[in-house]
Amino acid sequence: MEDFTIAIAGARLRDGSLRAVDLLAGVLKIASDTEAQIHAYLNIDHAGAREAAERADNELAAGVDRGPLHGIPIALKDNMMTRGLETTAASQILAGYVPPYDATVVSRLREGGAVIVGKTNLDEFAMGSSTENSAYGPTYNPWDINRIPGGSSGGSAAAVATGSALVGLGSDTGGSIRQPASLTGVVGMKPTYGTVSRYGLIAFASSLDQIGPLSRTVEDSALTLGAIWGHDPLDATSYRGDYPDLFSQIGAGVDGLKVGVVKELGGEGYEPDVDASVSAMVEQLSASGAEVVEVSLPTFDIALSAYYLIAPAECSANLARFDGIRYGLRVEGETAEEMMSRTRASGFGPEVIRRILLGTYALSAGYYDAFYGQAQRVRSAIRDDFARAYQQVDVLVSPTSPTVAFEAGERTDDPLAMYLSDICTIPCNLSGDPAISVPIGLDSRGLPIGFQVMAPALGEPMMYRVASAVEDLAGFQDRPSLEMVAT
Amino acid sequence: MPVEIDIAHVARLARLGLSDSELEHYRDQLAVILEHAARVQELEGEPEVDVAHPLRMVNAFRPDEVRPSLDRDEVLAQAPEANDGYFVVPPALEA
Repeated sequence: MEDFTIAIAGARLRDGSLRAVDLLAGVLKIASDTEAQIHAYLNIDHAGAREAAERADNELAAGVDRGPLHGIPIALKDNMMTRGLETTAASQILAGYVPPYDATVVSRLREGGAVIVGKTNLDEFAMGSSTENSAYGPTYNPWDINRIPGGSSGGSAAAVATGSALVGLGSDTGGSIRQPASLTGVVGMKPTYGTVSRYGLIAFASSLDQIGPLSRTVEDSALTLGAIWGHDPLDATSYRGDYPDLFSQIGAGVDGLKVGVVKELGGEGYEPDVDASVSAMVEQLSASGAEVVEVSLPTFDIALSAYYLIAPAECSANLARFDGIRYGLRVEGETAEEMMSRTRASGFGPEVIRRILLGTYALSAGYYDAFYGQAQRVRSAIRDDFARAYQQVDVLVSPTSPTVAFEAGERTDDPLAMYLSDICTIPCNLSGDPAISVPIGLDSRGLPIGFQVMAPALGEPMMYRVASAVEDLAGFQDRPSLEMVAT
Repeated sequence: MPVEIDIAHVARLARLGLSDSELEHYRDQLAVILEHAARVQELEGEPEVDVAHPLRMVNAFRPDEVRPSLDRDEVLAQAPEANDGYFVVPPALEA
């Protein structure tokens, strides 16, 4: 059960040796054994999941096959709209909110026969790197329950790592899929901006947000992405051109490929075990026939600074919609402004307030050009740096996170230290390019280490090719000990 | 670059009704973050700003067709206060 992948479970669902309702029951059993300590889910949809699993079984029995996710239990980060099922983005301001529509990814999962297990925990509005900013309490890491799972998609990552879902969806604005994947020993992937619809994703920073899969294997990642990506007329930024075949290069190995090691992502500030593990993987890629070169992208040194102006600026605009009028919390006041100000101060948590203030400041008269305008110039320069690098190499590689999972509470009082968690992942959000984290081993304390593979826009087939080779070379089979976790 | 922050003004713009001690706390934190963020000034050169969409998507048009919208009752059911098909709000202007 804990070792099931989409591919394995899918084969057994189709040869009749496994029913979707039993697969779901197995996943729910793990959830009931572990949730008291892990808290991956905010809300498990027992009735809806049961109904979807029964339908999946009936359809397969009748010869209706909806594709790779048919009958597969999936966890959804709770910032994706699910019609009739509470969606809070882990915020008090949306407590009790029941969406009147499905996000496009949710519609596609339903059409694909997937079984939605429930909604997973996150840092409020996806703002954070530890899942400690949830208004409903933190998620803990199944590898060590005194540590955090990363964030903001920490709930989906922990669910996949624990086995309380076969696969999960997260959203990645500055690393919120890849960093928790790295810290929980699973595969996490952020697609090219515009390839997965954002319709029904509760917006944080619209030019950076992208939905993607968290999975056990690289193959499962590609199977899941294939089921959710593609043009959507409901998202004006949705890519309208041709989408490549995600499996076209998987299995082709790395012989003859040019792999660029990013000079700026490593060394000082990186844990020695992380650096050593990443270097060892680079050696293995080289021994497998890849031509490895060091590549310098100097603007990466100021990417974090640009991100912490652009993302808060967009968040301050996007979160203006939470005004106590159309949905969510209202704290009464004499005037509309007083009502809004009270509602927002009461409904948003500290990190969300911090980012709204930061963004409002960066966009305000007198500071706009020095902060926001200059950050946009840095963003352009980062794209230019990537374009230059991809003239030389097929993919870029780095650690996914400078550290392994840190202890709960360790960074909660120091916003800047928390922001530094995303230093390796932010550049690809600013460029819009795809990137993936693949687990490659454990550190000396037994905590997972992730390896990041980055590719140019729409370069998912090449990214998956290298990620699959990394997965094979690493042979990472370790799983968190469920005995330790179970109550 | 030293950062000046009129935090009460910023909080008003953001419609966040914070206490004086909260304002002070956030101002101190913002000062630290903005000092780091000000490193964007270290960028050399003046690249052309072209960040609208990484895949250069512009002008997403759709056919102008009548389609069903969200169900009004279902939408209003989520409102803190609704009446006769409308959202109810406190006065925004003085009488």
